[in-house]
Amino acid sequence: MNTLTIARPTPLSEPLSVPRPGPARRTAFGQVVLNEARLTWRRPIGLIGGIALPVVLLVIFGELPSFKEHLAAFGGGTIFDAYVPILATFGVAMLALLGLPIPLVTYRELGVLRRLSTTPVPPSWVLAAQAAVQGCVAVAGVVTVIVVAVVAFGASAPASLAGLVLSVTVTIAGLFAIGLLLAAVARTSTAANVIGRVTFFPLMFFAGLWLPRALMPQFLLDISNYTPLGAAVQAMQASMQTGFPPAAPLLVLAGYAVVFGYLARRCFRWE
Amino acid sequence: MGVTETLVTRTSQQDSAGGASRPSRAGGPAVEIAHLRKTYGALVAVDDVSLSVAEGEIFGLLGPNGAGKSTTVECAIGLRVPDAGTIRLLGLDPQADRDRVHEIVGVQLQASAMPAKLRVGEILDLYRSFYRQPADVSDLIEALGLAGKRGDYYKTLSGGQRQRLSVALALIGRPKIAVLDEMTTGLDPAARREAWDLIEGVRASGVTILLVTHFMEEAERLCDRVALVDNGRLVALDTPAGLAARTRGGKTVRFLPSAPFADRLLTALPEVTRVDRSGRHVVVTGTGELVNAVILALAAAGVTARDVQLDSSNLEEAFVRLTGKHASTATHASTGTQTSTGTQTSKQGALA
Repeated sequence: MNTLTIARPTPLSEPLSVPRPGPARRTAFGQVVLNEARLTWRRPIGLIGGIALPVVLLVIFGELPSFKEHLAAFGGGTIFDAYVPILATFGVAMLALLGLPIPLVTYRELGVLRRLSTTPVPPSWVLAAQAAVQGCVAVAGVVTVIVVAVVAFGASAPASLAGLVLSVTVTIAGLFAIGLLLAAVARTSTAANVIGRVTFFPLMFFAGLWLPRALMPQFLLDISNYTPLGAAVQAMQASMQTGFPPAAPLLVLAGYAVVFGYLARRCFRWE
Repeated sequence: MGVTETLVTRTSQQDSAGGASRPSRAGGPAVEIAHLRKTYGALVAVDDVSLSVAEGEIFGLLGPNGAGKSTTVECAIGLRVPDAGTIRLLGLDPQADRDRVHEIVGVQLQASAMPAKLRVGEILDLYRSFYRQPADVSDLIEALGLAGKRGDYYKTLSGGQRQRLSVALALIGRPKIAVLDEMTTGLDPAARREAWDLIEGVRASGVTILLVTHFMEEAERLCDRVALVDNGRLVALDTPAGLAARTRGGKTVRFLPSAPFADRLLTALPEVTRVDRSGRHVVVTGTGELVNAVILALAAAGVTARDVQLDSSNLEEAFVRLTGKHASTATHASTGTQTSTGTQTSKQGALA
């Protein structure tokens, strides 16, 4: 106990002329975000995969006459309606599996994160800034897909806006956690690229990109419900067409966010 | 219990940081390393290194590649946790007082790059925003010859320009201590000289500089004191001149005499320790005002010395001798061989 009382009155602040974190530090996070945003703009793979590509696919699907028929298998909706959430998650998955991890792994390769650990700014700020910027692009992608679908192609407006916002939020959280784990374990940017692409296709399969969930046999649907993109499509589709989504897909996505986020945090190496 | 232990540990660290060294810090050491040891598995990278750098000093860590120089500075700046020993930067522990240490220490790391598509000005503004009292970007890039490059992408910079940007980033926070690891590697001779001028200017403003280098010329030109590191151990610590003086023989003058003369004409001089003939050339080894003494003695005997070369890279010779002893004694048994080795390597300017 004595030792503890001695410890207390030795704050290192006054005798040293080292300044406390001040106004400059407060603008630092803004600068880090600004630079990540610039880099995202200058290397627009994320913008193309996260916004442009899903919108182009949406427009193509919107022009197909067969996609406009109302079918009993789709609960009276059209195939096009079924593809709106699929293409919305397509963009999120692109950003989470490629747009987010590749720059982070590249920074580690270049020594950017190591260099930052010698400044007053922790390298985790870059990670946070990346997630924030890619998150904004993901939201922009989802919003664009839905607005174009509703305005240009007459898809039904979201039945539950709150449900949609919640679904998109947990989708981004769950998928970004997976992307961060990828960034944590991939040693090189090439490896991150390969792992990201290889993960993307099976996840998109269970989202229903090639075979919409309404047409999947029961065993595939059962698997799909527990995959991140299957759950995401399920939650978004419900929000778009019926109302507030059921708890199951939201909990599945939240589970991915927590488990993968935890693993990413544990495994992440800064150099 | 765990928390108590942590606090107790911190207490002892703070006591030694604050209690002992703070009152004397006015003229105390800027960097103090005591019995530092760091191993990577079976490899002992740094073995019982102790050194102390005074405030305002330019201190050189000199040694061949893989000697443990970089590991030593990486421990010093808190990037690596030492296995044993203590480190204090202006009285602060780089692990326990991480945040404060990062405010006062500017670092230039070996092999660290920047994102390709950021502009020079953007990178500088970014790092500038990390510090409370940063330097002026314009002044800094002017001093480093990057003024015209402000709007250029990082990927378009040459190796030398990247290196200079890296030095600029180390100085942008107006550090009290600057740690520069292989600062001039990859620079051409002119750029290297400019970088040296800059470092001398930075020191003139009161900054302590810890310089890691394997360039003899750089250490001799810049450093107040030099620590020679080899195989993770501190081999010698002295001023460049002091180190050079430790080597037997001192300076070497090489010339072509206009006429034959007897060796004893020169060996009689107090400055001269030995005279060797190499073809038509004469090589005189000695100390003090060796060149003057030799030329005056020759002139008195009616002999002119042509093609005079003074081997001034004594630090290099000291290095070879001190680390050579460590590695293998047999190789450097003959002094003649050693002198010529020193001359050859100094022409390359580097000890690879």
